[in-house]
Amino acid sequence: MNALELHALTKIYGNGHCALKGIDLSVADGDFFALLGPNGAGKSTMIGIITSLVNKSGGCVRVYGIDIDEDFAAAKSLLGVVPQEFNFSQFETVWEIVVNQAGFYGLPRDRAEAQAEKYLRRLGLWDRRKDRSRTLSGGMKRRLMIARALVHEPRLLILDEPTAGVDIEVRRSMWDFLADLNRGGTTVILTTHYLEEAERLCRNIAIIDRGLIIENTTMKDLLAKLHAETFVLDIGSPVADAPTHPDFAISLLDPTTLEAIVDRRYSLNDLFSFLSAQGISVVSMRNKANRLEELFVNMVQDGTRASGAGH
Amino acid sequence: MSAVLPKPVPSRGYGVAFSTLLRKEISRFMRIWLQTILPPAITMALYFVIFGNLIGPRIGKMHGFDYMQYIAPGLIMMSVITNAYSNVVSSLFGAKFQRHIEEILVAPMPNLLLLSGFVAGGIARGVVVGIVVTATALCFTRLQVEHWFTTIAVVILTAALFSLAGFINALFAKKFDDISIVPTFILTPLTYLGGVFYSIDLLPPFWQQVSLGNPILYMVNAFRHGMLGVSDIDIGVAFTVILAFCAALFTLSMWLLKRGVGLRT
Repeated sequence: MNALELHALTKIYGNGHCALKGIDLSVADGDFFALLGPNGAGKSTMIGIITSLVNKSGGCVRVYGIDIDEDFAAAKSLLGVVPQEFNFSQFETVWEIVVNQAGFYGLPRDRAEAQAEKYLRRLGLWDRRKDRSRTLSGGMKRRLMIARALVHEPRLLILDEPTAGVDIEVRRSMWDFLADLNRGGTTVILTTHYLEEAERLCRNIAIIDRGLIIENTTMKDLLAKLHAETFVLDIGSPVADAPTHPDFAISLLDPTTLEAIVDRRYSLNDLFSFLSAQGISVVSMRNKANRLEELFVNMVQDGTRASGAGH
Repeated sequence: MSAVLPKPVPSRGYGVAFSTLLRKEISRFMRIWLQTILPPAITMALYFVIFGNLIGPRIGKMHGFDYMQYIAPGLIMMSVITNAYSNVVSSLFGAKFQRHIEEILVAPMPNLLLLSGFVAGGIARGVVVGIVVTATALCFTRLQVEHWFTTIAVVILTAALFSLAGFINALFAKKFDDISIVPTFILTPLTYLGGVFYSIDLLPPFWQQVSLGNPILYMVNAFRHGMLGVSDIDIGVAFTVILAFCAALFTLSMWLLKRGVGLRT
C-alpha cells in the first residue's frame, strides 16, 4: 500500500496563479522520500493540501488509501506535519503544546501525557517542558515541532524544511532521529534546501518546479545521471598555472588550490595519475558541491531555460 | 503491513478534542486574568458608584425598583456580551496571527468541533465574568433571581450568540484593527442603547420602535425578567429573537468554515 497518492492535484489561487498543475505522485509505505524544488515551486502548497491547510482546486489525495475528501478524520489521523515556520503559541509551555496536540487528535489525557513524555525525552526537551515556548532556542523550537507532530504516532510524517536555521550538531542529531524513526516503520516525506540532507537520508526523490514534477525516481538512479563532478584539490607545492588535459577541465583557484571537473567516464585515479605525472601532489580533496545539488541546479536551470524559450 | 487500517479516531476522540480545546481556551483567559477578569469588575464598580450611588437617587424608582437594582442586570449582561465576544475574537485572531490555529486545522477535528470549542470558551469567559460582576454588584445593592431557568438560559444563549459573532469577526480579520472595529463602532453603541440604563417606556414612540430593532434590547430585558421579573419585551419574543440570531450566526459560521474563509488558503 502507498502511504500517499496524489492524482492530478491542482491548485489555482484566487489571483489566478497556478501553483500546482496536475501533480501525480506516489510515496510507498515505509519510504524516506525527498521532495525538492526551488522556492515557489509548489512544495508547501502541496503539503498544505495534504494537511488540509490549503483548499485544492482539483485532483485527489489519498493517505494510506483513504481519500481525504471522503474520510478526512481517518486520513488526518495517519498524518503528522512539521511545518516550515514556527506555528505554536508563544505563551504556552512546551508541555502544554505537545499534550494539547495529542488531545486534538483524540488521545485521552493519560495517554497524551505518556506520549508527550516519550517524545520530549527522545528529542531532548524533557528538562524544558515547563518553559514557555518563546524561551527556546531555534533548534529546540524545531525539535518541539517534531515532538508535537509525532505525539499521536502518525504513520506518515511530512517535514517541511525541518532543519532550516539549526546548527550542524543539532541537524545531525535530527537526521539520526529521523532515520531511526523511519527504520521503525514511519514513512517520512522531507522537503529541504540542504541537499546533503536529502542525499543522506532519502531513498526516493521527486523534484517539483513551477507546479510540475520534473523528476521522480530513486536517489541512486538520479545520482547516476550526474555526468561530471567538480572537485577542489589542495596541492602540496604552489604552481603558477593549472596543468592542461584534454579530458579534465582544470583551473587554478589560487597557487595551492586546483579545481577539476571529472567526467564520469574517468576515475579519480586517472586524474591523480595525470597530476602526479605533472609533479603535483594532492594533499586533500573535497567535492565542490554536493552531488545532488549539482543535479538539482542543472535540472531547475534546464527547466528555466525551456520555460524561457517557450515564451 | 496490514492493508486495512483501523479507524484511528473513535467517536470518543471527538469528546477529548473538544475538551482539550475548551481547556486551552479557559487556561488562556485565566492566564491573563488581569486583562480579562479584573477590568470588568472595576468598570462595573465605577458604574455602580457613579450611576447607582451618585445619580441613581435623583432618578428614583424604575418599574418599582431602585435605579441601582434596575441597571444591575443590564450591566451584568453588558459584561457577558463584551467578554464572550472579545474572548473568541482575540483568541481566534491571535491563533491565526501566530499560526497556531494550524495545530487544530491539521488535526482530525470537524468544523463543528472547532466552532464549538471556541464558542464554549467564549461562554465560559462570559459566565465567569458575569459571576464576578454579579459579586461586585452585590457589594452595592441587593439582587434577587425571580426565574432561575430564564436567567441562566439567557446568559448562556447570549454568550453563545456573541461568541459566534466574535468567531465570524476573527475569520474575516486580517489585522488587529479589524478585531476592534466591531466592538467599538457596533457592539458598544448597541449595548448602551439596548436598555441597560433605562426602560424604553421612557422613550418617545418613534424611538421605542427604533429600539425594537436592536437585538441587545431583547437580551437585556430577558435577563432583567429572569432576575427582577420585569421587562419591556415579552419574554417569548425575546427568546425567539435570541434563538433566531444564534441559529443564523451558527449557520453562517459553519458555512464560512466549510469554505475555509479566513483559515484555509
